[in-house]
Amino acid sequence: MITIYNARKIITMNPAHAHTTHVAVRDGKILGTGSLEDLQGWGDYTLDERFADKVLMPGLIEAHSHLMEGSLWAYTYVGFFDRMAPDGQMQQGCKNLDDVLARMKKAEAKIEDPDAPMPAWSLDPIYFGNERVTRHDLDKISATRPIGIMHASGHIMNVNTKALELAGMLRTGVNHDGVPLGADGLPLGELKGPDVMTPVSPFVGFDRDMLNCDEAGMWKFGQLCVRAGVTTATDLANKLPPDVVDLMGRVTGNKKYPARVVSLRFHHGVSPEDLITHAEALKLKSTDMMRLGKIKVIVDGSIQGFSARLREPGYYNGAPNGLWYISPEHLAYIVEKSLEKGIHINTHTNGDQATQLVIETMTEALKKHPSPDHRFTLQHCQLADVAQFRKIAKLGMCVNLFANHHFYWGDQHYALTVGPERAERMNACATALRMGVPMAIHSDAPITPLAPLFTGWCAVNRLTASGRTLGEAEKISVADALYAITLGAAYTLHLDQEVGSIEAGKRADFAVLEDDPEEIGGDKLKDVRVWGTVQGGRIFAVDDL
Amino acid sequence: MSLPVTILSGYLGAGKTTLVNQMLRHAQGRRFAVMVNEFGDLPIDADLIEAEGDDLIALAGGCVCCSYGDDLMAALAQMAAMRPAPDHVILEASGVALPGAIAASLGLVSGIETTGVIVLADAAQIEASLANDYISDTVARQLKAADLVVLTKGDLAGADAVAQAGTTVTRLAGDATVIRADHGRVPVEIILNPLRIALPDIGAPHGSGQGLVTSVEVPDKPLDAETYAKDLANRADVIRAKGHVQTATGLKTVQIVGAQWDVSPAPENAQPGVVVIRLQDHVEA
Ligand SMILES: [Zn+2]
Repeated sequence: MITIYNARKIITMNPAHAHTTHVAVRDGKILGTGSLEDLQGWGDYTLDERFADKVLMPGLIEAHSHLMEGSLWAYTYVGFFDRMAPDGQMQQGCKNLDDVLARMKKAEAKIEDPDAPMPAWSLDPIYFGNERVTRHDLDKISATRPIGIMHASGHIMNVNTKALELAGMLRTGVNHDGVPLGADGLPLGELKGPDVMTPVSPFVGFDRDMLNCDEAGMWKFGQLCVRAGVTTATDLANKLPPDVVDLMGRVTGNKKYPARVVSLRFHHGVSPEDLITHAEALKLKSTDMMRLGKIKVIVDGSIQGFSARLREPGYYNGAPNGLWYISPEHLAYIVEKSLEKGIHINTHTNGDQATQLVIETMTEALKKHPSPDHRFTLQHCQLADVAQFRKIAKLGMCVNLFANHHFYWGDQHYALTVGPERAERMNACATALRMGVPMAIHSDAPITPLAPLFTGWCAVNRLTASGRTLGEAEKISVADALYAITLGAAYTLHLDQEVGSIEAGKRADFAVLEDDPEEIGGDKLKDVRVWGTVQGGRIFAVDDL
Repeated sequence: MSLPVTILSGYLGAGKTTLVNQMLRHAQGRRFAVMVNEFGDLPIDADLIEAEGDDLIALAGGCVCCSYGDDLMAALAQMAAMRPAPDHVILEASGVALPGAIAASLGLVSGIETTGVIVLADAAQIEASLANDYISDTVARQLKAADLVVLTKGDLAGADAVAQAGTTVTRLAGDATVIRADHGRVPVEIILNPLRIALPDIGAPHGSGQGLVTSVEVPDKPLDAETYAKDLANRADVIRAKGHVQTATGLKTVQIVGAQWDVSPAPENAQPGVVVIRLQDHVEA
């Protein structure tokens, strides 16, 4: 059964054939593109004209996201920015603390069980002039039900008095940098850093194993993919225990599930030896719609949490250097073994010292296990400088830069964390491309919203939330941005033979757009309207979600 | 009753595993719960293992070993809920973890009490670690958080390296006690109840650069605390000593600073053992 789709324009990402009007699909794969005439030779076909006034692109690829983006929508969203919920409702941003409290009060009234915890997410008081949020504020929502709000960065949580009480932390004598105290000597309910969040988070309804996925969350994640034109998305850090793998296999195997999920085993909580063994075993469980067997290694923390490892001159505000989440020796073991066994490694490095460690580790490991096409990918890699990108290219590594970060936290990086010069070179997309480094760009959803066209807009314009252009020299063209969210991302995932462009033999994965991203203008790239997707030949319209 | 926890820190290869096994062999009826980051190359000697589960290993003498992976707090809560409860938790931190931060976090959990931070340093490796761009500040921060530093593998490192390492570590470890011990041979009491002894700045008054030697004495029978303290104070090589000794009338705390000494009733929960700090040349000669 052959279907030929015609469209207003098809952006193929195949340079030999960059733009065309027709694409023929059989059994979920592309037979070819071209004029109707070119494609008729394949035999009997149905001409499907539903996309006649649409623009088709290769299905977009989000190369750094987490399925948790779907799970979090079970909780109340209180972010500063408007954000599209999986059901298509645009959630209005909360512009001040009163908005946050009002939104939560309303949601609280709907919870029947008076003892049930109430989790909320994406608070960002930096946009409220750094107004301090305390347990007394949250007590106005409810004094009897435990309440917790995760900040947008994921590094801080605010809780109410009841939550502190349940966690045994409503007492004097608490002595921890991450737990500010009030005048009465009792914690204010602000919990800074994962160490101090974990004792309280279960009491406010944040599951300990949030990075593992749940069924409802996965379906919501799928809906968000369709709305964003995404047909392949990563789940970048999962422990992937057997029950999670079963669930993920079942959900992605459902004919109605709209996105291919690439889920990486992360290194925490398991010895380097067991990590390698687990990754090898997971690889055998891969299906078309669920790709397993890759490893994520978290090397350092985050820049805005001051836990990233920086080289000289360190943090702009003088904060001490950040934390290692793995020893250099264990990193070297994992890298060497993975080169030897052909396991694909993705390293989380935010600070430039962490990136340097990975570069040096790879340099040595490749001498022992020369590997012509490993494509090990540096995730975030936010502070890399020109010399590092030069080296990254020579090592055959890829980068996946956090373009969205500029918009959401660029102003803080400029003023507080790394200062103006390094803030301007953060996520240096233009330098990466100039040095010949294969590059993707990402949202790290749920940290920022899943929407590759928005991510492309961020890389093209480099605007911060306050309107500052951060790093004029690192802007990239619309064409480069569109490549980064399709074939560029596919390359970093070793999937470029299957997806990322519209050409013969590849999966029939398309983003179906109302507007032409090549014509709308770089400043409007984020405003391109998404009609839906085609995934493996199956059609998913936003309107039908 | 809160559950006492000892944090065992130190960079990779510092000898944490050896020490843990020594402690298990000299548990003397205490039921230890050993918590490790993960079961890699298994940290426990095979002959001590009685039964292995996925997350919990049963050890000789009612001790257990568990891995906490990426959720230390949940694993600790599990330990605290175990019946019968363990007598003491030995928390082996990962090589790059900061024990001071762990101790601060444990302080948030009611029902748990950190009794000490023990940091191990390999006498042959510590200088190299402190010269390494990537890990030097991590190792220094570990030492800074210590109540007790155990300088290990001195037999392999040689006397010069031990002396050098001793000086370096003492400088970085603040008022922590620094002792040398090979093959994990440290009295269990000292590990479970380490004492901080403020040292005179080793660089100035004892400028020979040879540093000090710290040892632990545990008298094997009750004695007269006053006589014991006076004898220590009269020794020319002893600069400082502090600890608890068993006497006919119960445990007493002894303190020696130079030629001065003091004896007082020991606090509750104190364990016998006296840390003695001496000038090095007096013993090595
Ligand atoms: Zn991430």
